[in-house]
Amino acid sequence: MKAIGTVHKYGDNVDTDVIIPARYLNTSDPRELASKCMIDIDKDFVNRVKPGDIIVASKNFGCGSSREHAPIAIKASGISCVIAETFARIFYRNAINIGLPIIECPQAAKEIEAGDLVEVDFDTGIIYNRTKNSQYKGQAFPEFMQQIIMAGGLINYINSK
Amino acid sequence: MGMTMTQKILAAHAGLPGVSAGQLIEANLDLVLGNDVTAPVAIKEMGKMKINKVFDKDKIALVPDHFTPNKDIKSAENCKCVREFAYNQEISNYFEVGEMGIEHALLPEKGLVVAGDVVIGADSHTCTYGALGAFSTGVGSTDMAAGMATGKCWFKVPSAIKFELVGKPGPWVSGKDIILHIIGRIGVDGALYKSMEFVGEGIKHLCMDDRFTIANMAIEAGAKNGIFPVDELTIEYMKEHSVREYKIYEADEDAEYDETYIIDLSEIKATVAFPHLPENTHTIDEIDDIKIDQVVIGSCTNGRINDLRIAAKVLEGRHVAKGVRCIIFPATQKIYLQALEEGLIATFIKAGAVVSTPTCGPCLGGHMGILAAGERAVATTNRNFVGRMGHVESEIYLASPAVAAASAVTGKISGPAELGL
Ligand code: SF4
Repeated sequence: MKAIGTVHKYGDNVDTDVIIPARYLNTSDPRELASKCMIDIDKDFVNRVKPGDIIVASKNFGCGSSREHAPIAIKASGISCVIAETFARIFYRNAINIGLPIIECPQAAKEIEAGDLVEVDFDTGIIYNRTKNSQYKGQAFPEFMQQIIMAGGLINYINSK
Repeated sequence: MGMTMTQKILAAHAGLPGVSAGQLIEANLDLVLGNDVTAPVAIKEMGKMKINKVFDKDKIALVPDHFTPNKDIKSAENCKCVREFAYNQEISNYFEVGEMGIEHALLPEKGLVVAGDVVIGADSHTCTYGALGAFSTGVGSTDMAAGMATGKCWFKVPSAIKFELVGKPGPWVSGKDIILHIIGRIGVDGALYKSMEFVGEGIKHLCMDDRFTIANMAIEAGAKNGIFPVDELTIEYMKEHSVREYKIYEADEDAEYDETYIIDLSEIKATVAFPHLPENTHTIDEIDDIKIDQVVIGSCTNGRINDLRIAAKVLEGRHVAKGVRCIIFPATQKIYLQALEEGLIATFIKAGAVVSTPTCGPCLGGHMGILAAGERAVATTNRNFVGRMGHVESEIYLASPAVAAASAVTGKISGPAELGL
């Protein structure tokens, strides 16, 4: 499985309140959530984002609340992958459980810039920056988590058992 | 190799003689929690599963507390979804408005969590119950759905950081100051993926409410859980609130920790976290005049009876400064009633504060005290992220009930000392 897209870049500690503010949590409809995604940190994100785009951020991405609405909003915006130096742990779980591909790679997170065209191969963990012609090796998932992702999320995984 | 408190609880619930950090396990759950924001998503996910009955109707807790009493039609629909699910599945621990309180204050009070439990909750502050010597951690709605259906959850066994608490805290220094001090030291990702294990003789000086506050904010350091050893005070609390049997797990002598911090409680001063991260801490004596518009005292961090008693001690015979709104939220109905009987509510109202029914309310910018652009609040809540309590250009300063109440009186960020207390 591969993702190819243009990068939206963010810094440290992007929290779930800026990914999807609580004032919009009275719904769980993915399309409605996507229409407010990143609104408190990047108002223009919803206009700029195209299907397949990639988010690259620094450390502790997704810190804060356990709201699954955050990865759902990101996925429903069309984002195909989030690359970060580190992820907050609940966000990490949630992303795997709902089938939003994420990958930890400190070097890539540092060097990739906004607007770069980037390719991610989830089977190998290889991240290739087409714009800058540079390559990185991300942290591959343990087998158990790969099985969840391959099944299309935790619910399908349990159903298939 | 020895195990930490957390590792021992996880091993026992996975049916394994031992576990080590990094190991992936599947553990049996003693309780699965959800609220009016996260449960509707979980209920929808459970609808996609082949299993359509919850694993144990007595081991699920559903607490509509975020947008209740319902603030608008959409939140009413969400609560209706939770209510109908609870009814259809005959969930015994569904708490309607009237019995409802903020989930993390309510569950221990109702005796639903005891030492040795493994608890998941679709709410990040589920880590609060570590104060009782349980392993509890926040998860998302899909994990909640799987937990409700199977009674199991997968975990990566965490490594741990040890916090050895020594000495006795000074007057007006509370659990909130201690945990803010710790987060200020290690940062908002200082314990990422790890357990924060609190040990040491200093713990005996902390009441249960202080321990709940400290465990509650473990997530604000990125931790998977925070946990306290069980002592006489914990046992007394559990006996008073629960009929369930508890089990005490102690860390092995040779348990491994990634790091150890010695925290001298006698040196900790009143601490305030500045916008927009809980790690931006300053002690009260380093803070210049910062004028404020609102004070919020409540939440799952500091809405318990001891917090209200402290706030009342500061507000007694004083008045909220002109131009400041002071909003007080007892965390549960029981706490509300107790505060009423002790005369605390009268003190608050005489001081010019408003007292609300239990709800998360402004803590997550939901309702009941939203900030406008440029406004500043001192809050006893746990997060001061951008826009958390309202407008993206508003500011939140996190503090203890003593500092919040003193600030309400002076109209700027202040400690009780400024009032001669
Ligand atoms: S009081 Fe605040 S932090 Fe606690 S559960 Fe409610 S919204 Fe979350």
